[in-house]
Amino acid sequence: METLDNTSRRSFMKLAATAGGGLFLGFNWTNSSALPVVVSTKQVAAGSVNFNSYLSIGTDNFITIISPNPEIGQGIKTAFPMVVAEELDADWKLVKTVQGNLDPGAFERQVTGGSGAVPHSWDRLRKAGATARYLLVEAAANRWKVPASECTTSDGKVYHKASGKSLSYGELAEEASKLTAPKEVKLKDEKDYKLIGHSVRNVDNHNIATGKPLFGLDFYREGMLFSIIQRPKAFGMKLKSVDSAAAKAMPGIVDVVTFDNSVAVVGKSTWQVKKAREALKIEYEKEADLESTSDHNRIFQDLLDNGKATVRRKNGDVEAAFKNAAKIVKAEYQCPFLPHSPLEPMNFFAHVREDGVELIGPTQTPDRARGEVAKLTGFPQEKVTVEITRQGGGFGRRLAADYVMEAAKVSKLVKAPVKVIWTREDDMTGGTYRPAVRYRFEAALDKDGQMIGYKLRGVGMNAGNTTREDNFPSGSVDNLLIDSVDHKSPITTGPWRAPITNFLAYAEQSFLDEVAEAAGKDPIQFRLELLEKAKKAPAGDVKYDVDRMIAVIKLAAEKSNWGKKKGVSQGFSVYFSHRSYVAQVGEVIVEKGKPALKNVIVAVDCGIVINKSGSLQQVRGGVVDGLGHAMYGNLTFKNGVPDQSNFNGFRLIRMNEIPEVDVHFVNNGISPTGLGEPALPPTGGAVANAFYKATKQRLRNQPFMEDAAFKSIS
Amino acid sequence: MALFKLTVNNRALQAEVEGDTPLLWVLRDNLGLVGTKYGCGIAQCGACTVHLDGKAVRSCVLPVSAIGKGKVTTIEGLSEKGDHPVQKAWDEVDVAQCGYCQAGQIMTAAALLKEKPKPTDEEILSTMSGNICRCGTYHRIREAVKTAASKTK
Ligand code: FES
Ligand code: FES
Repeated sequence: METLDNTSRRSFMKLAATAGGGLFLGFNWTNSSALPVVVSTKQVAAGSVNFNSYLSIGTDNFITIISPNPEIGQGIKTAFPMVVAEELDADWKLVKTVQGNLDPGAFERQVTGGSGAVPHSWDRLRKAGATARYLLVEAAANRWKVPASECTTSDGKVYHKASGKSLSYGELAEEASKLTAPKEVKLKDEKDYKLIGHSVRNVDNHNIATGKPLFGLDFYREGMLFSIIQRPKAFGMKLKSVDSAAAKAMPGIVDVVTFDNSVAVVGKSTWQVKKAREALKIEYEKEADLESTSDHNRIFQDLLDNGKATVRRKNGDVEAAFKNAAKIVKAEYQCPFLPHSPLEPMNFFAHVREDGVELIGPTQTPDRARGEVAKLTGFPQEKVTVEITRQGGGFGRRLAADYVMEAAKVSKLVKAPVKVIWTREDDMTGGTYRPAVRYRFEAALDKDGQMIGYKLRGVGMNAGNTTREDNFPSGSVDNLLIDSVDHKSPITTGPWRAPITNFLAYAEQSFLDEVAEAAGKDPIQFRLELLEKAKKAPAGDVKYDVDRMIAVIKLAAEKSNWGKKKGVSQGFSVYFSHRSYVAQVGEVIVEKGKPALKNVIVAVDCGIVINKSGSLQQVRGGVVDGLGHAMYGNLTFKNGVPDQSNFNGFRLIRMNEIPEVDVHFVNNGISPTGLGEPALPPTGGAVANAFYKATKQRLRNQPFMEDAAFKSIS
Repeated sequence: MALFKLTVNNRALQAEVEGDTPLLWVLRDNLGLVGTKYGCGIAQCGACTVHLDGKAVRSCVLPVSAIGKGKVTTIEGLSEKGDHPVQKAWDEVDVAQCGYCQAGQIMTAAALLKEKPKPTDEEILSTMSGNICRCGTYHRIREAVKTAASKTK
């Protein structure tokens, strides 16, 4: 047996106090088949039991479960405990959720990203709940001297029907903690679920609606200093000289420190440091190309034609297919850079002390933050603690640890606890954007309208592989070539909600609409035929689930009454991303000569839906996000400087611009496959295809608002 | 620096700050009332909405020197127990995703309902469109405003 590390023991003791004694169950986040361990407070305090994480049942009947993954609005802090409570047959009103701090000894994959938290933890959570329930039943059966098989549970109590006896979990917790956990435990049948699949309200609703200090930006500690940082205004510039005398003389300013290419103003309040920053006199010099959007447009064309491409997937003989084609369809699609714009801008608290580092704030990857800060400060990892706050959105931006590192650097330089705050302008102009990309698609059709050849080239600005080479339509076309070219730009990029697919899906699904039209086929029928082909005579590997994709397509067609609505122009799109499948139908109505998007019908297969209310929110939010950015989102550059710096120049979608979003889930009993991202990618295509249907104008450039074709119809 | 005496949530409070400091930062940094959020600082997003004499204002562009004897209400003071009809509707409809924008949304909605207890759909849309929700919870914000209106006498 290993001993507990200090972090685990500390957090355990904190919770033990909350729960007031009782049953503690450690379960393993690393290995879903590992045996849960029952631990008593004494054992843990002596450091003799290794557990990885736990739920606890207090003698006061309260059940506490740690939710280790960062909550950024995806609802994990509600969904995780729901799964445990379901198997436990707990009374939901008595369940408390605690956000776990970073604790790699206890939790694996303490990350929010890639829509992976629920798929990762599904089995672990269920087993934890079921094991605890088993022990509570055993304890009751022992006390009543009846067979455990005669006992039932519901709402936090064990019942013995024949004798009419019942005991609450709290009353049984002590006894249950002395029993040995079973090797195997029976999990519930889906049909018996009382919580899973139903609507449970966000556990933090009350705190949110009453303005409790939940977020990183809200964190405050006596003696803490505030810092705002001036970073180079242009990508490609570096710091040459700083004159901070005027800034230092301003009220409330404690210090001005310089590191890397940054100048940090440190002082007593946000407003004071913000004003003092304006008094800095800084000179920069060029260290790389100062790129403008016009340069990017030129580079895109050049690399599409002449770039040295990396082949991502190749099937059959593409050249021959195009030579023998009866018809060739070609089109290019482009998307701009985008900032993430979480409503809570970047911020972090750091206190670099002599004996270690304390980090507190919003991060999607606490482990990365810790690792990088440990490297920076030279402390071993266990001397760096990370407390995770609720986060005002993330959208991928908080996967990077740059802003955590800044806080640590400033704290180290001024030898004080510091919270670094980014203004909205800093957040929007500070980089790690969704990369700009341009795609060129080509399709070869034979005389019967079969797609016999398919080519895709993606060119990205610091985007790496801009394709998802094994996604549909790969596997359904005999002759196929997918490649990509990357341009190294000084403009920094990073993952943005549904990385790559957030624009690839729109481009691909719009292009397939063009191909279906050229083939003289209904867009849905066209896709279904391709999928039939992928199933019966696959071209190379098929790495998506053809049946799941067909099912969402059919559900969307049915729910939208596809092709049968009078006066409504419908556009179709379907996409597989992360592990889930989503089909969407956009509906445009022309009013007084102007097309307007009225409705989006969504069919989702994310496996079993855990929280119906939260899942509906994720899907609607994903559609609104996808639509808003496809429609308005545009970050452009002049000589390395972003042209937009706040929500006056960069337009986010508002309430009067949303369509109705009608959501339907496929019910197939598959273990949950994730939902934070998959609803977003198909939206741009469904919308663009619906506009095409209504106006015969293809929208090949995002944002649509600035596309000449869109301007001609609106 | 000057001393400003303010009435916030019916309490007499004071802060020693420069007169141009926006009310938002006085609330957050000086008075410890962090329920009012910073989103843009230029009156675009509504995250910082508070009530000044019962009317919704954007505290990020309101210098503390301009408040005078005005009564400020923040999300913390909207109701004593967090049971204002708008707060209750927000829970019932389960509006929040990340939750960051919601204090501002609630304050905007509460001011609307105070002025117009039975707003039309148009009025809800035009008022609430001033507030950004980056998570896209607009459908439920709309629904929650209607729910709250239906429960206000
Ligand atoms: S922070 Fe005041 S409107 Fe955005
Ligand atoms: S709930 Fe996240 S910004 Fe509105």
